[in-house]
Amino acid sequence: MTSDTSTLRNPEASAAVDELSTYKWGFATDIEQDFAPKGLTEDTVRFISAKKNEPAWMLDWRLKAFRIWQTLPTPDWAKLKIPPIDYQDAYYYAAPKAKPTLASLDELDPEIRRTYEKLGIPIEEQKFLAGVEGARRVAVDAVFDSVSVATTFREELKRAGVTFLSISEAMREYPDLVRKHMGSVVPVRDNYFACLNAAVFSDGTFVHIPKGVRCPMELSTYFRINAENTGQFERTLIIAEEGSYVSYLEGCTAPMRDENQLHAAVVELIAETDAEIKYSTVQNWYPGDKQGKGGIYNFVTKRALCRGARSKVSWTQVETGSAITWKYPSCVLAGEDSVGEFYSVAVTNNYQQADTGTKMIHLGKGTKSTIISKGISAGRSDNSYRGLVRIGPSAEGARNFTQCDSLLIGDKSGAHTIPYIEVKNPSAIIEHEATTSKISEDQKFYAMSRGLNSEDAVALIVNGFCKEVLQQLPMEFAVEAQKLLGISLEGSVG
Amino acid sequence: MLVIENLHANVGDKPILKGLSLRVNAGEVHAIMGPNGAGKSTLAHVLAGREGYVVTQGTATFEGKDLLDLEPHERAAAGLFLGFQYPVEIPGVSNLLFLRTALNAQRRLRGEAEISGVDFMKKVRAESAVLALDMDMLKRGVNVGFSGGEKKRNEAFQLGILEPKLALLDETDSGLDIDALRIVSEGINRFRRPDRAVLLITHYQRLLDHVRPDYVHVLSGGRIVETGGADLALRLEAQGYEGIAA
Repeated sequence: MTSDTSTLRNPEASAAVDELSTYKWGFATDIEQDFAPKGLTEDTVRFISAKKNEPAWMLDWRLKAFRIWQTLPTPDWAKLKIPPIDYQDAYYYAAPKAKPTLASLDELDPEIRRTYEKLGIPIEEQKFLAGVEGARRVAVDAVFDSVSVATTFREELKRAGVTFLSISEAMREYPDLVRKHMGSVVPVRDNYFACLNAAVFSDGTFVHIPKGVRCPMELSTYFRINAENTGQFERTLIIAEEGSYVSYLEGCTAPMRDENQLHAAVVELIAETDAEIKYSTVQNWYPGDKQGKGGIYNFVTKRALCRGARSKVSWTQVETGSAITWKYPSCVLAGEDSVGEFYSVAVTNNYQQADTGTKMIHLGKGTKSTIISKGISAGRSDNSYRGLVRIGPSAEGARNFTQCDSLLIGDKSGAHTIPYIEVKNPSAIIEHEATTSKISEDQKFYAMSRGLNSEDAVALIVNGFCKEVLQQLPMEFAVEAQKLLGISLEGSVG
Repeated sequence: MLVIENLHANVGDKPILKGLSLRVNAGEVHAIMGPNGAGKSTLAHVLAGREGYVVTQGTATFEGKDLLDLEPHERAAAGLFLGFQYPVEIPGVSNLLFLRTALNAQRRLRGEAEISGVDFMKKVRAESAVLALDMDMLKRGVNVGFSGGEKKRNEAFQLGILEPKLALLDETDSGLDIDALRIVSEGINRFRRPDRAVLLITHYQRLLDHVRPDYVHVLSGGRIVETGGADLALRLEAQGYEGIAA
């Protein structure tokens, strides 16, 4: 990439992009790790639970999950080539040795702080730390490897009645809430990776928005896999009580490593009557090198339960990273007139594989869902949209609109659209549109003849292609997402 | 400003330009006319650097720089503008974002500071008023849903905003009704300055009623076979291209 990149992104961002040649965030922080013994046995599960001072019921839950997991076959139905994973050849717990709780990010291990700075986190963050007035409010619960090392804005959130904690803390402070809801949307035996997560999850985020409260700021968690050979098993649980609203941002980067790293997260969302949850993800984990070596395996189970009437959940995701992505953020639309939305951009380049989409399960009367999926494939990558729209017998008057667009760059990449539609109520209205296109030479030449270099021309066209999804993202995320689209397509055009 | 000598170029394996020479000085307006298949659009694409148009012999320099050695975006930054015969649609990218991105990319390549939002919008308002393009259109996707005439007006608009040194206009008049032709012509005439030049590629004399050329060239069989003043275009209009040596 040359120095004249990306005016379509903001100037700050383009300056940051300029220095890039390959993977921007390919560095490793050197911090003493506190490892669980290598391998996966009941002892590993007990170690993790003990390390986190968990209550007995939690340990029992984990052990039950572990026993079930041992009986489950690995899923192989997706259009993915997944090399066999040796679950005994990995560490399942790694925590920075630093103090477990901090009053502010200032007390954070300087090494970790530097890592965040390289990630570009600090701009907003430092404003807050310096007490800058009027800056946009984003609370960051920083998950560094496996333990939440610092939580900001807890006080202000507390005044609003919002609980925003690491899941380990929540287990101690709100055991009833956690016990009641954990596993209620994604049951332990739901699937192979979710079950594995239930056994060995190391930490994650817990959010509770009480009745009638509009969360005063966007909640944001930055995940980062840091230790070599450590799988990261996060668990997120968000509960929006009646009439509440929350917007949650999840952004991820990981340092460059040669060996594949497994990431199997579980996210559960619960929206009660008239509640709304907006969940946005920008995922740019290490995708492997240009020859397809290394990279993250991202096997994530995300599901929302729209339990109350008129509740609403929106998933927005921009997926540019990981060697293999297996992910279907879904909505169970149980409440009458509840609404599920899925906006997705998935980019694959080089040897990346993505099999991603959504499931919209319509159970309640008058439920509505919208699916907008934009897949972009470059290099020798393979990109599949896989989606299920199911209208149950009681979902009178349910509606779905699905639009799947695929964009191919070059002639060695693949795009696939695999919609499943099951309708058990004749009053349902289902619309499905799908297109596949290539970036035309005409478009590229037109943009270049106006002064854009080849990669910026492609980035501009791709950003246009993804516009409907990008505009769903909160502002600061949209900028990062545009930047990432350009970065992940570097070198994909001649 | 632009010096082309003995230019030969292929499209695929097929030779189209066969020894074309042309010299355009600052302040001049040249019109290139000729029958279908003579190589007019090929010349435009070769000069702008389109992939697939291969120069096999000859040279083209722009202000002393070897034009053929530059990438398309570098040619743009050097001051060359190609007005497209068929302007391309880019869905989801607004005309204004596109143009501002392009202008700033050019400025950075030239080592100039980026234009401020305020200055950019000043230019936009001035040019769009002349070309009768309203703000709603400019906020829409690049050329998306534009009529043929609107697309051509948009090309003239881009010319006005990007302010190149040499405007290479490929059949900018095709598909225009009388009113649109007048509007686009006004855009071109506004562009004319002693330090700028225009190369009009056109089939018809009618554009030249509005934009008076200093020179008219007849392109046929991949070479310029006749050169004259504005009156040559009138003669061609009356007599057709028959009788001109191929």
